[in-house]
Amino acid sequence: MTLQKTELLTAYRLMKTIREFEERLHVEIATGAIPGFTHLYSGQEAIAVGVCMHLADDDYIVSTHRGHGHCIAKGCDVIGMMKEIYGRADGLCKGKGGSMHIADFDKGMLGANAIVGGGPPIATGAAIATKLDGNGKVTASFGGDGSSNQGTVFEAMNLAVVLKLPTLFVYEDNGYGEHTGTSYAVGSDDIAGRCAGFGMRAEKVDGADFFAVYDMAGDLFDQLRRGEGPAALECAITRFYGHYEGDPQKYRAKDEVATFRETMDCLRNFRKRVTDEGWLTDAELDAVDTEVMALIDDAVEQSKAAPPPDVSEVLTDVYVTY
Amino acid sequence: MTVKTFREALNETLHAEMARDSKIIVLGEDVAGGAGGTGVEEAAGGIFGVSSGLFKAFGAERVIDTPISESAIVGAAAGAALAGYRPVAELMFADFIGVSMDQLYNQIAKFRYMFGGKTQCPAIIRMPTGAGMNMGAQHSQTIYPIVTSVPGLKVAIPSNAADAKGLLTTALRGDDPVVFFEHKALYPRKCDVPDGDYLVPFGEAALVREGEHATVVALARMVNFAEKALDALAADGITADLIDPRTTSPLDLDTILESLEATGRLIIVDESNPRCSVASDIAGLVASEGFDLLKAPVQLVTAPHTPVPFARELERAYVPSPDDIAAAVRKVVAY
Repeated sequence: MTLQKTELLTAYRLMKTIREFEERLHVEIATGAIPGFTHLYSGQEAIAVGVCMHLADDDYIVSTHRGHGHCIAKGCDVIGMMKEIYGRADGLCKGKGGSMHIADFDKGMLGANAIVGGGPPIATGAAIATKLDGNGKVTASFGGDGSSNQGTVFEAMNLAVVLKLPTLFVYEDNGYGEHTGTSYAVGSDDIAGRCAGFGMRAEKVDGADFFAVYDMAGDLFDQLRRGEGPAALECAITRFYGHYEGDPQKYRAKDEVATFRETMDCLRNFRKRVTDEGWLTDAELDAVDTEVMALIDDAVEQSKAAPPPDVSEVLTDVYVTY
Repeated sequence: MTVKTFREALNETLHAEMARDSKIIVLGEDVAGGAGGTGVEEAAGGIFGVSSGLFKAFGAERVIDTPISESAIVGAAAGAALAGYRPVAELMFADFIGVSMDQLYNQIAKFRYMFGGKTQCPAIIRMPTGAGMNMGAQHSQTIYPIVTSVPGLKVAIPSNAADAKGLLTTALRGDDPVVFFEHKALYPRKCDVPDGDYLVPFGEAALVREGEHATVVALARMVNFAEKALDALAADGITADLIDPRTTSPLDLDTILESLEATGRLIIVDESNPRCSVASDIAGLVASEGFDLLKAPVQLVTAPHTPVPFARELERAYVPSPDDIAAAVRKVVAY
């Protein structure tokens, strides 16, 4: 563990921001104020942050339908994100994308993606670009256990090995692909093993342990930056909510989430570790909590008050030139 | 002007544009060929030779042989375009678009819109298309109606070497994604091609031939077939405007309507299947925007609603012929 105190506070702030962003969305969505489909990242925060803490604005990521955490970890503006999810004119994507299509190119965030397995081929292209640029930049491709079964992902991993691309394929196994268990749908029950089969280094970590994710991701990114080709990181984790908000989650035992909230909470693990080690104090962490809660309150209040897009916007942005 | 084949025009355009713009890269199956083999490097230069010599000129970094992985090819083009490059991806045959469809219509086509206009995706997806070489049902289709229907994609379908150069140059210098169809039977066909910089704007039809009695709209190889038909009809004193839209997205409907103001009779020739096709689309647009101009029912000369057959006799019957076109013209003129 090589993190300085300011970096530890940043990691905690990012994870806490993701958590409270999602917990607040869970409440607001239930009021009917937010249109469409939303997939919450609560519980998986250590993965997005542990990976993205290694990346600069000109490194790239591609994300998933469950992408809010990746966006926040990569530096997207939280208020702009909330406005986008509310479908507002000054949302990050002008209200045209919504929860599943948030992108911020100034932050190297090439887009959440509502197609499971849609992102990894795009990640290979971004990696081709940085490899040609010769600037040592890397691309992280986030996906879930479900995406690990898609042919597009196999194609992307093979291409990345063939072309020795600086791409990290991150697999967040949260136990379910939509409403079906990983243990059923991932035939080999070993995502990293599959990745290794493509000829890349593949590692497994506890996704609820920020430090495990951070350290291993750092090691793998070092390999990418040395030009040694792609790698994969499988993270075991859970999600604290359903596939989408409103999902009755009949596929989960009644006490499953409550148990995981006790045993697999990355924020709780982080707080315990840093206070046990004497790296941070509870008071310092509590101060971050207060800041984050104020930010989320502000984001929601601003989003509720923000104007919707003008209907003329339905016809713009299809092409650069018509 | 220099006489060149369709294939030469495309190949020389790629050479010239890659020399002009270091952000242009080419990727696809066998665009160089020979990687990992026991023979020579650049063993193919593309299945029809369109990327010939690019590997030698620009190297393996910019001319990228890929595995047979159409989703990865088109997806890599998508990602490279988002990251500032101008990828030209080749699908070996247009029929293989199915494997890559998500990357094309859910990703490339939609980035700019769903991300609120904050990005652009200047990826060009080239693909040989069309019947006439007995390649069977999965190597012979003209599937441009499928992509023409997708907002966010532009679709170019040149019918001659000059337009091939002009449209590809425009595509490479534009900022939007373009699906670029190259009819296989056109590759060896020659015509005068303007030297130097030559751009054909998208959404501007070519009036290939002027006439009096009817308006014939045709695409790709069918332009040539329509010319043969009109040559035959001239003996009977029948002449027609022949319009090649050149791009189906955007579509130049105005030129068609202007022609119909004079002729009132419309024949649309398309090698695609008839349902939900470019032909039916143009017929529908004319019906809604130019109904008063029509003096006769619109005639559609298309392939039948079947897959492309293999045997020479069957494929010949499948592809619209100059005789079919001539018969349709006679029918509307006599109406």
